[in-house]
Amino acid sequence: MAINTDYVGRTFEPSAPYEVSRVKIAEFADAIGEPSVLCRDRAAAQAAGYPDVIAPPTFAIVVSAAGSARVTHDPGLGVNYAMIVHGEQSFTHARPLHAGDVVVTQSTIESIRPLGSMTTLTTVTQIRTVDGEHVCTARSTLVERGA
Amino acid sequence: MASLSYDQAEPGTELPPRQYQVTRRDLVRYAGASGDFNVIHWNERVARSVGLPNVIAHGMLTMALAGRFLTELAGDPGAVTEYGVRFSAPVVVPDDDKGATVEVSGTVTERLDGNRVAIDVTARTDGTKVLSRARAVVHLA
Repeated sequence: MAINTDYVGRTFEPSAPYEVSRVKIAEFADAIGEPSVLCRDRAAAQAAGYPDVIAPPTFAIVVSAAGSARVTHDPGLGVNYAMIVHGEQSFTHARPLHAGDVVVTQSTIESIRPLGSMTTLTTVTQIRTVDGEHVCTARSTLVERGA
Repeated sequence: MASLSYDQAEPGTELPPRQYQVTRRDLVRYAGASGDFNVIHWNERVARSVGLPNVIAHGMLTMALAGRFLTELAGDPGAVTEYGVRFSAPVVVPDDDKGATVEVSGTVTERLDGNRVAIDVTARTDGTKVLSRARAVVHLA
């Protein structure tokens, strides 16, 4: 089944609030080998001008995953999840995520395009604090391989 | 500590390449930290059954390693304001102690206002480009 192009332009419901924690930032930094003390030591982060420890730039994928799962698991969209590979990813940060941020994500399907025997699905996810401050825009292109 | 200052960064400045090792252990750890438990990143039987040569690294882990190249350059993980990549080939991770090697290099392409520079990043494994069209905007002190 092909991906349903009626979904182009659709904006999904916002995710439940996600609270960014110091422990999760440190765990993520360890997993990617990011050595910075700014991801682990609150005093050092504050000395550098941040409110608390900050997340590495690609940590935003952890936060945006909730919003994008809402898209890929929508039964009406018709994505064959077993045939999906990650094609492209980008992040534009207004500022780094930091411990104590409580954010919601909201995804919009930007495009669905054929690419030979494959189909590309591009989703834009906005990450905002619960107070409405924009923190990051994540753009993700998934590629569904032809069966 | 930052290894590149804004004053040093001219268009064409080549950034010293770095090598990052990725083992099966790293994939398991990244799966737990990121919440991405896709089976192709830890189960060789399933990876082969869907036509892959072996277990492959999460694209987001490869992107994160090339991200480290940028954050270490700036000395601040908050300095990378824009960062985008295309995943052009998978990083195949064999079941041994060495794993795969991702070699990351970069070139300054433009000096922007506000002490920011644009950088083109290249990531290769065994000579194959695993990230293409990888670009970032980084704030330098």
